[in-house]
Formats: sequence, structure tokens, C-alpha cells
Amino acid sequence: MKTTRRDFLKVAGVTALGMAAGAGSALANSKGAYLPHYEHMAPGHQHLTAKRWGMVIDTRAFHGEEDFAPLIEACHKEHNVPHLPGKQEVKWLWTDSFHASFPHNHQEFLAERVHHSRYLLLCNHCDNPPCVRVCPTKATFKREDGIVMMDMHRCIGCRFCMAGCPYGSRSFNFQDPRPFIAEENPVYPTRMKGVVEKCTFCTERLAEGKMPACVEASEGKIVFGDLGDPDSEIRHILAENFTLRRKPDLGTSPSVFYII
Amino acid sequence: MLEKALNGNKYYWWWIGLLLACIAVGAYNYVLQFQHGLQLTNMSRDVSWGFYVAQLTYLVGVAASGVMLVLPYYLHDYKKFGNLVVFGEFMAIGAIIMCLLFVIVDLGQPKRLMNVVLHPTPNSVLFWDMIVLNGYMFLNIIVGWASLEAQKKGVPYAKWVKILAIVSVPFAFSIHTVTAFLYAGIPARHFWLTAIMAARFLASAFCAGPAIMLLLLFIVEKVAKFELGEYAVKMLARIITYAMIFNVFFFGLELFTAFYSQIPGHMHSIVYLFAGLEDPATGQHLGVMVPYFWTAAFLALLSLALLIPSTTRNCKPVLIFALLILIAATWIDKGMGLVVAGFIPNMFEGVTEYMPSSTELFISLGIYAIGALVVTVLWKIAVSVKKAAA
Repeated sequence: MKTTRRDFLKVAGVTALGMAAGAGSALANSKGAYLPHYEHMAPGHQHLTAKRWGMVIDTRAFHGEEDFAPLIEACHKEHNVPHLPGKQEVKWLWTDSFHASFPHNHQEFLAERVHHSRYLLLCNHCDNPPCVRVCPTKATFKREDGIVMMDMHRCIGCRFCMAGCPYGSRSFNFQDPRPFIAEENPVYPTRMKGVVEKCTFCTERLAEGKMPACVEASEGKIVFGDLGDPDSEIRHILAENFTLRRKPDLGTSPSVFYII
Repeated sequence: MLEKALNGNKYYWWWIGLLLACIAVGAYNYVLQFQHGLQLTNMSRDVSWGFYVAQLTYLVGVAASGVMLVLPYYLHDYKKFGNLVVFGEFMAIGAIIMCLLFVIVDLGQPKRLMNVVLHPTPNSVLFWDMIVLNGYMFLNIIVGWASLEAQKKGVPYAKWVKILAIVSVPFAFSIHTVTAFLYAGIPARHFWLTAIMAARFLASAFCAGPAIMLLLLFIVEKVAKFELGEYAVKMLARIITYAMIFNVFFFGLELFTAFYSQIPGHMHSIVYLFAGLEDPATGQHLGVMVPYFWTAAFLALLSLALLIPSTTRNCKPVLIFALLILIAATWIDKGMGLVVAGFIPNMFEGVTEYMPSSTELFISLGIYAIGALVVTVLWKIAVSVKKAAA
């Protein structure tokens, strides 16, 4: 193909136009008129970052539902999680018995304290997440920092991820959740009916330099940090304490650890 | 050729009218579900797939009606199926249309359906299921229509028709395999996590699909005075018998592995189906599926007892009865049994039960009526063309 002078001028003209448009949008950003999506993800000065976010829950420090309640309330309030009774409920953070939480750790003659305790349950943000593997639209995906996220605008509501999750961490909006939010947090989006949701390790708070809501409310009973950094506080705690993960034999490699 | 579907007696039009009425009932209920969401179903956080996905699973098998005739006819040149092949292909079209509709009504956000195409995700089995189901459907539409048109014009079908028919054989195997992989690759569902799942899907498909087709062909033989051919019927009955033997045998293999190994996770769902399970939180014994599953087990064995001896198999009334109970047994086993028991016990070893709601049943009725309408129209055309050609 021969490049004529006319073709060259055409390409040059279009390129110049594009550059002008780019400069224009950059100008608009400086005025705060439009913030492209990636701006939220680029590490700002307050943005907390990690190679792989993880959580250690010190189950010894929780003595009953009253110890868990502030954490669950903080999470569900922050994220506009609806309060729906019954088997079509939506929950991000909740508790259950040892037997229900660790079904692959059936112990005969379990220590009384362990047997009667409740355990905090949430998305495990697996290093090898089956939910991400099965999702047909990439509506659920794993971020660079290990957090398993949901794009609720892309989710088609097929619920394959709910079948795929070994931890029952996912909830489906069987109905419009908005009438069931007692007090709406205007900073965080509400969901529509027909999409799946779950804990996000508070990505929106990490972006502002804050710890996840449950970690903050736990007053030190939960430690959140970088599993990928051998010198992090969380790695020191893991080195010093015996911990369990839920169903480790499935190869999903959960990022939530429990000190028993 | 479509005009041939517009020419029928009053029974034909009554039947079409009945189907349209059922479709209207289903459509009305779907509008309600669309507005209010899946809260109108009895699905839950624990049992997140139910009757719709169970029908999808079963009807993928029914689509095997096509390949069980195409394979002997085009690949082995088994001429006696020549007159019936197009019926198998046309029934497969109806079955796949129902499959796709059952996927759509199960979606929480059906308007976003095209996201599966806009954001193709090869690591998801659902993506591949979409490809093979649509591929198999279009192959059957093209091959069925082209071969029928050739017959209408009194010429042999073109060579490319045979090539596409042969291509449709691996596609047919893939729709069962890939649909089985929806289940067999999920880490924490013991009931589904079994290497023999795809083989079970193939076996149950190759008996249930041809069984439904043969029953429908008997109806066509009666109402349209259309000769099926004695040898073809005998051969189909034999294929169904062998496939059902494999189907029951494979289920027996599951029972052995679970109960000889005594690994609790492997046994739980099967125990739930046959005896029910206790919910640890409430102490309640729950087993709503138990009578259905025992019925399925009994009917499956009875159908084999009637199908294996050639004396009973070759007796038409007995054959019809055996096919009916075979269809009932496989429908319970591969539909609700397989899908719902996979969710019981749940991920916390608790028990949440499931039975479909009236909304789910009415919508399903509508979809079955759409499938029946598609098959009726296509078969009507096929019978008219074949009778004119004869």
C-alpha cells in the first residue's frame, strides 16, 4: 500500500485532534469535573496497599454475641446490607458454631471452650478462588492485592459463584434490597435485585487509608495486613500462634485465619 | 415448507391452542417474576439453584434424541433410521430452546444476558455451555431443514449436509459433557465432585432422549398414520435399554464409592435423598425428597426389568409403559435429585430444603409448552413432507 501525502495529512490531523482532546480532559480532571475510573485505583498518598491482604481473627478474644454485634453492625451499616429475615437473607459478616464453621475439622471430644464459642464468618478472599473461576462474565474477579471483588453492574445473577463458593460467603438479592436498609449510608452504593454480593475487605476504606470496618470495630481482636510481606505484623502473629483456615484441603487457600 | 404447519385438522388446532394457553400462563408468571425478582421462587441462600436448573440439566439430555439417530445413520450408514433422523434432529431443537429458556428465567438480571458474550470468559464452564448448546442447536436446524428440503425436492441431500451432521455428533457429546462439568468441577459439593458425572450425563441422555422421542413417534404413528418401520423401533428400544443399563450401573458406582469408603461428605447427599438428614442446628429430621427418590429408584429398576428381556421389550404396550417409567425415573434422578441434593447439606453442614414454588412450576409449564409447540410444528412439517414424498 502506498502512503500518499493526502493519507499522511489525514492521519496527522486525527492524531492532533486526539491529543487536543486528551489535553482537554486532563484539564477537566484538574478542575475535578471528571475522574476517570483508574484514578480511584492508582495508589494515592493515603491508599493502603499490599501484595496480598489477609486477616487474623483471635477467636479467644470474643466471648459472646455481644462481642461480635458491633463488628457486624459496622460492616452492614457501612455497606448498606439489607436486613432480610428468612432463608433468602443477605449477609456479609456473621457468626456460626465451630462445627458449622470448620466442617472439615470434626473433632471428637472437642474442648468445651471451642465447642461453645461462635466464629466470625466472611468471604475468605481465597488466593485461588473458585467463584472467580466459575463466573461467566468476570463480574467477580481477583485484584492484584488479593481481594476478591464484585462488579454488581456486570453480574447477570446466574449464581454459579454461590454454587462454587465452599464457604457460603455469597448472598443473592432475591428481591429489591433497598426497602430493607434501615439507615442508608449515602457514601456506599446500594444494590438492585438479581445480583450477588459479599464482603469486599472494605476496598473503599483501604483506598482512603482506613482499615476495614470490622477490623476497626474489633478494637484489636482482628488484625488485618499484608500476607505477602514477611515482616508485616500479621505474618508475625501467624508465626507465633497456631491458626486454622476453613476447609484448607480444597486448595482454595483462604486469606482469613483463626487463632483458636 | 413452513406453510405445512398451517394445515391441520381440528385436533391439531386444539392442541396448538392448548399449548398457547400454557405459554400465556407461563408468560404471565414470568412477568411477575421479572418485576418482583426471584423471591417468588423457593430458592434460597443455601439452595441457590432449583427447578429451573434441574430442567436445564434434564433437557440437555433430551437433546440427545438427535445424535442417537444421526450417529447410526450418517456414520454407520444404518439406513433403517433414514425416515426418522429428522424427527430426532427437530426434537433436539425443541429441547435446546427449552434449555436456553430455562437458563434465562433463572437469571437474576436477564437484561444483562449478553454480558456472557460481551465479556467472554473461557475459564467459566457456563461460557462453554453457551457455545456448545447454541452450536448444537444451529447444526440441527441447518441439517434437519436441509435434508428435509432435499427430500421434498426428491433429490439426495448435499454433501455438506452430511459433513455438518457428522460435526454435530461431537457437539452432541459435548453438550452433555460440558453441562456435567458445570457440576463436576466445583470443589466443595461432594455429590457433584465425581469424575463419572459426564459419563452419567451421557448414559442418562442416551436413554431419556430417545425414550421421549419414541413415545412421541408412537403418537405421530397413530394420529398421522405415519409408518415408523418395525426395525427402527426395535433398534431404538435396544439403544435405550443399553443406555439405561449404563445409567443405573454408573449410579451404583457412586453408591459403592460413597458407602464403602464411609467418607461422610461422600455419603451425606445420597443419605439425604434416600433417608433424609438431621439439621444439626435445629435437630429436625428433614427429607422432603425421600419419597420421590425411592420412586425414581424403583421405577428405574422396574424399567430395566421390562426392557432387558426381548419378549417384554418387543411387546408394544409393555414397551410404552417401560418408557414412561424410565422417563419419570431419569427426570427425578437427573433433575431435582442431582441439582438440589448437591446443595444439601449446605456449606455449613446444615440442611435447608427446597421444593419449587407455584411461580417456578407455572413458568416451567410455559417453557415446556414452547418446546412442545416447536416440536409439534417442526414434526408436522416433517410428516407432511415425508408423506408427500412417499
